[in-house]
Amino acid sequence: MTTTPDLDLSRDDTGDFSYDVDYKYDAGIGLTEETIDYICDVKGEADWIRDFRKRALKVFKDKPQPTHWASKDLEAINFDEIRYYLATGQKATRSWDDVPEDVKKTFERLGIPEKERAYLAGVEAQFDSEASYSNMKEELSKQGVIFVGPTEGLGEHEEIFRKWFGKVIPIGDNKYSALNSATFSGGSFIYVPKGVKLKQPLQAYFRINAENFGQFERTLIIADEGAELTYMEGCTAPKFETATLHSAVVELVALKGAKIQYITVQNWSANVFNLVTKRGLAMEDAEVRWIDCNIGSRLTMKYPGVVMRGKGARGEVLSIALAHDNQHQDTGAKMVHAADNTTSNIISKSISIGKGRSTYRGVVSIPKHLKNCKNNTECDALLINTHSRTDTYPAITVRGLGNTTQHEASVSKVSAEQIFYMMQRGLNEGQAMSLAVNGFVNDLIREFPMEYSVELKRLIDLEMEDSVG
Amino acid sequence: MSNTLISDAPSNFDEAFLMRQAQNELLPEWFKTMQSEAWERYKNLPTPTRTSETWRFSNLKSLANLDRFEPSPFAAVENEELVAKSSRLKDVAGRFVFIDDNLAAPRYLDPELKEKGVIFTTLFDALNQHEALVKNYFMRQSPQLGSEKFEALHLALLRNGLFVYIPKGLEIDRPFVVSNWSQATGSAIFPHTHFICDENAKATLIEFQESASPDAENLVIANAHVFAENGAKPRHDIIQNWNTETLSFQLNTHNAERDVESRGIIINIGSKQARQEIHGKIFGAGSDVNLYSLNVPTKDQFVDQRTLQTHIAPNSRSNLLFKNALQDASKTIFSGLIIVEEDAQQTDAYQTNNNLLLSDKAEANSLPGLEINANDVKCSHGATSGQIDDSNIFYFLARGIPRKKAEELLVFGFLEEVIEKFAIEDVRDYIRSLVEQKFR
Repeated sequence: MTTTPDLDLSRDDTGDFSYDVDYKYDAGIGLTEETIDYICDVKGEADWIRDFRKRALKVFKDKPQPTHWASKDLEAINFDEIRYYLATGQKATRSWDDVPEDVKKTFERLGIPEKERAYLAGVEAQFDSEASYSNMKEELSKQGVIFVGPTEGLGEHEEIFRKWFGKVIPIGDNKYSALNSATFSGGSFIYVPKGVKLKQPLQAYFRINAENFGQFERTLIIADEGAELTYMEGCTAPKFETATLHSAVVELVALKGAKIQYITVQNWSANVFNLVTKRGLAMEDAEVRWIDCNIGSRLTMKYPGVVMRGKGARGEVLSIALAHDNQHQDTGAKMVHAADNTTSNIISKSISIGKGRSTYRGVVSIPKHLKNCKNNTECDALLINTHSRTDTYPAITVRGLGNTTQHEASVSKVSAEQIFYMMQRGLNEGQAMSLAVNGFVNDLIREFPMEYSVELKRLIDLEMEDSVG
Repeated sequence: MSNTLISDAPSNFDEAFLMRQAQNELLPEWFKTMQSEAWERYKNLPTPTRTSETWRFSNLKSLANLDRFEPSPFAAVENEELVAKSSRLKDVAGRFVFIDDNLAAPRYLDPELKEKGVIFTTLFDALNQHEALVKNYFMRQSPQLGSEKFEALHLALLRNGLFVYIPKGLEIDRPFVVSNWSQATGSAIFPHTHFICDENAKATLIEFQESASPDAENLVIANAHVFAENGAKPRHDIIQNWNTETLSFQLNTHNAERDVESRGIIINIGSKQARQEIHGKIFGAGSDVNLYSLNVPTKDQFVDQRTLQTHIAPNSRSNLLFKNALQDASKTIFSGLIIVEEDAQQTDAYQTNNNLLLSDKAEANSLPGLEINANDVKCSHGATSGQIDDSNIFYFLARGIPRKKAEELLVFGFLEEVIEKFAIEDVRDYIRSLVEQKFR
């Protein structure tokens, strides 16, 4: 066996670099109908997509910022100064050798080709607005698996993707889903045919290279009846003086008996607003599972959801958030039970370091006339320093008989006894703290694929290094 | 209906406010200013809307056209039947009976306690006789959980109420009792309580809230503020049993200085819609604040409770337990928050909400929240919603107890956890009888 692939997710070293790239396509700053026409023209999109984008633009402009419940920090985003579309080329190149030298350098530093060499099924790397490199094992395409970007997905496979596009997360779901619907470019459109079970995960990597840039990738994954897949995404950005915006929409559709597992390791630099809408639709006996790890960004607002539309469907959200100084990880989960015998599970663990703030927001809804629905929610917060902050805001609605929910949350710190015990046995305080924190998230980290869990542990060690005292 | 909102004709509230102003001429200037300011606030504050976080899941329709209710006027009321009913507890330290905000019977205060400096009087008498004391505490705290507009209306139109002051070091075991009755159809009343326990004092105040008729539509906006000075031990209980046509508000604060043991219980039996805001504030170290509630809504009753436990000082403890047993098409909202401020290290704060759904149409909403800004704390919350466990029923059936009886026993067992917090057996029995009526 080779060594563990080095994902190098630490934003303090590997991710923090940028290159002067000569962008071939640039929609300029600000967002108007012209911006949208520019994007559509460059991509050569069908008229229905242009209409869809323009409708979304209107909704985006009409909707106020959700600051009546969300962080006032959102007001720091200046939508008129953002670049909404930047690309070096339109088509993703199929071979690593064709990728422009600068972009290649970026991804080599991030370890993309290694990952591919490490037998991952398909890799898609997005550099600012467009996929710059993608490859998929031939075997998979033979089985009928489609793994493309939105332009290709909606253009060449309209009959598969149009049916579900914008259906799980409608344009007007929230201000940022509308923004994404207006400006989306890049992302993954995946279709796994009936009964096909992917043994290896599909993977995407997102990178923001330009300052004042907004990345709006759009992902739609459809697992046909009985299909199974795991999808992993990672993201980085260099540090810039001014804020950068990432606002993705991810829609998952698990048809009867299908299983989708979606894994995110978010490590944007600490000036990125990460405002993401993620939702999965689970039909009869299907399962949607979100594994979400948030380490970077300035403000993350992300509440992965599952709508359990069919009987016996199952939804799960496992999340880990690490909030450092000046970071606010506002994450959570949304479970909508819409059929009998549906079950959902939410486990959220957050760690606040220094003046970091982590927030859990949850919605669990079980409407009337449903039978035998169950939800379990556990939120645990660990506070490392005196002024670390954590909030929990769940909302649970249960109607009628035959359904049960339970919610538990706790807040704790690393106990002095634990640290003392470990120091007695020769660890220094930092190591002891690291070990305690790793112990706190251990049962969740085990759920991650091997290479991610190893990397996460290392990352937590790094983050904990100077947090003691 | 809606055009009454923009009509120029003076509403019931306008008229009542002008009348109050005229009648209150002899009251202290600062008090009158507060009332005028509150009136302006009421008029200027917006009515809660769908996007108001503090009204999430609530029923806002019932808040429209509140001025269809007529604030009850000063009047001599005589109703011996209600007064007799108000003497439910015999062995009391003091007793007040209000009917539509008017004093209905002579105040009773144990002369011995009066001798020792206990003040148990109407708010307006207290304003005249103990102005400095009232000024120090009056409306000093507000729950601030969304009903600011209705709190302002309460303050502007209130014209009676209760002022209780227990002097330093005095411990009283027998309870003080106040009965508030609503009587006239379409009236709006504003019951008001200030309950102050000075240093190391201990006392119990029980409020009974009842309606004379089962179907008179009323608006009740009640306030109760409990102040516990260092080492004090106040017990404040409310048994809310307005008729099921009443729209009621109960806006309370529990304020604790150092080494306090404070307890508040609210039992909700009546009201069509009951909005309750309860804010426990801990300003001093070493205190212990306990808040309990028991709700047994039936038919289309709606209980909307918002709570806040604020820890400002270190080393204190707070605990909250709210239990709901829902029947028919009733609905409950429990929205609770624990705030631990930066300096409140070594805080222990707990919050539990249990919902027992007994009908297919009932709806329980639970929003248990935490905002923690200090790291050396123990905080947790738990919320459950469900029904009677079949395995528990089976246990009874196996022992020959019929299903119906088994269910009843399990429900009462669920409720008993709150009822048993009352120290006085007669009060416990009275509450059990009220609860049982709801299950017939």
